[in-house]
Amino acid sequence: MQLARVIGTVVATMKNPSLEGRKLLVVQSLNKDLKPQGKPLVAVDAAGAGVGELVFWCRGKEASFPFKREDTPTDCTIIGIVDSDKHVTSM
Amino acid sequence: MIIARIVGTVVASQKDPRLEGKKLLIVRPVNLDGTDTTGYVVAVDTVGAGFHERVLVVAGSSARLAQNMKDAPVDAAVVGVIDTVDISPEVDGG
Repeated sequence: MQLARVIGTVVATMKNPSLEGRKLLVVQSLNKDLKPQGKPLVAVDAAGAGVGELVFWCRGKEASFPFKREDTPTDCTIIGIVDSDKHVTSM
Repeated sequence: MIIARIVGTVVASQKDPRLEGKKLLIVRPVNLDGTDTTGYVVAVDTVGAGFHERVLVVAGSSARLAQNMKDAPVDAAVVGVIDTVDISPEVDGG
């Protein structure tokens, strides 16, 4: 799982039927100091996140587990919202 | 999922039977502002996307979870055609 900031939204009217009704958000992964690392990705939202929020997301096949796991084609899913930036501590 | 632009098609008569009837597209990953990045990927089309459209591409084993792709030997699939990408200017990602 990775920490990320939600930085935007994606609208796609024409999509695979198994993604219908799913919210798509653009996430920028962060390092332990909450600085951007890597390229932004498009994630399916399973946590009710919004733009500007600090979240964590899951990659790979496991990303489909919050939904109907054999029917949802996603490799990047937001699975939790961090309470606030202050709730991230690094040693 | 990554954002990519369709830059071409692939025709392959001889292929795994589970890929029969599937359209193969060459896609190029792009940045949020639409500029090209490096590399190309061959992806199976599941939505009827057309040349030069911006699309969503799922990679890895999740690609075969798309409808009509059960048990297909596929690791990249086009699962959506992008209408708009809105990036919030006040959120810097950091």
